Amino acid sequence: MKFTRRYAMAAAAAVMLGFAANAQAEPIKFGVAAEPYPPFTSKDASGTWVGWEIDLMNALCKQMNEDCQLVEVAWDGIIPSLTSKQIDVIWSSMSITDERKKTIDFSDMYYDTATAIIGPKNGDLDISPEHLKGKTIGVQVSTTHANYVDKYFGAGSTVKTYQTQDEANQDLAAGRLDYVQADAMALDAFLKTEQGMACCEKKADVPPDTTILGMGVGAGLRKEDTALKEKINAAIKALAAAGEFDKITANYPELTAIVVPKAN
Amino acid sequence: MNWDWLPQYAPLLLHGIWLTIVLLVISCSFGMAFAIPIGLVQVTGPLPLAWLAKGFCTAIRGTPLLVQIWLLYYGLGSLFPSIPWIRDSFMWPVLREGFFYGVLALTISFAAYEGEIMRGGFMSVPKGELEAARAFGMSPFTILRRIWFPRAFRLVLPTLGGEVIGQLKATPLVATITIMEVFGVGSKIRQDTYHVYEPLLLVALIYVCLTFVITRIFLWIERQVPQKR
Amino acid sequence: MPTKAGSLELLSQWGGNLLVGALSTIQISLWAYAFGLCLGLLGAVGKLNGGRVARGILDGYTTIVRSVPELVLIVILYYAGTDTLNRVLAHFGFDAVRISGFMAAVFVLAFVQGAYSTEVLRGAIQAIPIGQIEAARAFGMAPVLRFRRIILPAMLPYAIPGLANLWLNVTKDSALVAVVGYSELALATRQAAGGTKAYFLFYVVAAGIYLTISIVSLFFFGRLERRFRRGQHKAR
Repeated sequence: MKFTRRYAMAAAAAVMLGFAANAQAEPIKFGVAAEPYPPFTSKDASGTWVGWEIDLMNALCKQMNEDCQLVEVAWDGIIPSLTSKQIDVIWSSMSITDERKKTIDFSDMYYDTATAIIGPKNGDLDISPEHLKGKTIGVQVSTTHANYVDKYFGAGSTVKTYQTQDEANQDLAAGRLDYVQADAMALDAFLKTEQGMACCEKKADVPPDTTILGMGVGAGLRKEDTALKEKINAAIKALAAAGEFDKITANYPELTAIVVPKAN
Repeated sequence: MNWDWLPQYAPLLLHGIWLTIVLLVISCSFGMAFAIPIGLVQVTGPLPLAWLAKGFCTAIRGTPLLVQIWLLYYGLGSLFPSIPWIRDSFMWPVLREGFFYGVLALTISFAAYEGEIMRGGFMSVPKGELEAARAFGMSPFTILRRIWFPRAFRLVLPTLGGEVIGQLKATPLVATITIMEVFGVGSKIRQDTYHVYEPLLLVALIYVCLTFVITRIFLWIERQVPQKR
Repeated sequence: MPTKAGSLELLSQWGGNLLVGALSTIQISLWAYAFGLCLGLLGAVGKLNGGRVARGILDGYTTIVRSVPELVLIVILYYAGTDTLNRVLAHFGFDAVRISGFMAAVFVLAFVQGAYSTEVLRGAIQAIPIGQIEAARAFGMAPVLRFRRIILPAMLPYAIPGLANLWLNVTKDSALVAVVGYSELALATRQAAGGTKAYFLFYVVAAGIYLTISIVSLFFFGRLERRFRRGQHKAR
């Protein structure tokens, strides 16, 4: 019996760390989609989260003088995670839409981007629904793009949904998709990678539809957390006034056309 | 609870159920067809083939199906750009679709689990029966066809229903590679309507019903097999 | 697809992430397995000795868990479980508890494991020759003592093969929590693959790590079974 007991104790000790690490004071939990979304949120080789949104989060928390904790959540379940209080803030490039506002609340916009369609390199830049008839378009699940594509291209084209933006891009490179629709910023970054340069090109920005595509990206919040909302809004204003947004963007040369809150 | 969305999505759900059943039937049939030789060579040899079959079963049974599916779909998919002729081959329309990889992964998985069970089945057939068949001058293949396989199959039949239900429970994993089977449809409803629980509960209920039907079918099959105890 | 030197380089860069993920997988699995066994023990005793209501509830539990796909259960419980718990707590006037992703993953997997453990342990208890239990009763052993000294040791040899299978299942099922966003081996692999575009390389490596866990576990359970079978008749 001796050796089983020793094993059991070693295992229990190792495993205790798992719970201990989770038993700390109460910082604000920022929920970031676990699926990589470069250049806004992705994990680098050492396991730390990096990207424009992560830099902004750090600046924001410093401005609010709050202790923040980054929590990885599945993008597909990020709203339920917020409402069930596993996280306090959705900080994951979520567009502010009326549909989502029925369930959750948003802070002010902290960045905005056009929406674009990319496809294989062939010089054919037409993205009218008639032209895309019979083609396959990839989008990330639970995004505004999924709804947009359903509405405008759903009748004639096949829509495939992916759990991560990376996987949609990957399938475009592999030739299993004809087009991908997503935020222009994220797609630009992909087109500047080695793989993106080899396979694909930007076709065009899609015609705007703010009811579906929303009015920029904001922090998702529970409806009852109005104090936190005001705090975040004030911090966004202060950061804009201090020119912090431009400072952060300067580190991401691929984000040429990002729209950030203006100082006023 | 809010079920307003149900009529609008009913056709999509029915299609999803149909796709789930298709995935199940194809992968179980092909999987079983592969399981028979995989089980057999582990009993009869030759040794290198037996090792190969054993290794295949261990590798597949020792790794999560989800990782296998992602490996097949995204892993192989990431190799395609480096092999240009694949895109021009006649197989491309099939290789493009997630469905192919889903069926492939599910088939391999079923073959490995069922292969292990068939090995047990083949081993459990009493030696005397095979010797008697040989004494009647049956050729090895006839013995397999007339005696060994039918006896082994009857021995594993009671477990087969459970295995098929296990396979049904594995099918929703392929929703992660763009296949819109019933769980995938549920996710789409969740995404479109922002209702979290109702679509998931409905999907769970559909699986319970499918399980019930499969259990009934196998009870019926077992009754068709004459048994003397 | 990177060249061979590129593969090694990528592995040395991202290998640490995968190992952290693998540790996380083992941690989740161990906790879920332990809680699942406790649930299973309660379930088995309840099914064998409980009243009609307890048996009915337990039958419902095992039937539903065994006929609904693990992925569906995990997604439902992961989102609905914490929500329901908080609502119940709020109903009784408590504050909402914050359930970390780790705990949610553990409890969800344990809930699934519990149903299977119930059946394995029930089968094992029933396999004990009834005479042994009757003898214990005849000696006037109290139920708890009887369970500890007779039923538990006598059932273990019958239970271990099933329990070994359950352990292998929980390590593999833990990959499913990647879909709800808890960072374990499968999700760490997905992040590494997405970050480097070396999908093939990283999924093969992840499969290798899972396989290693399985094979080491099989070896360990083999030894355990031999220990508990000493003194029993050799099979065949």
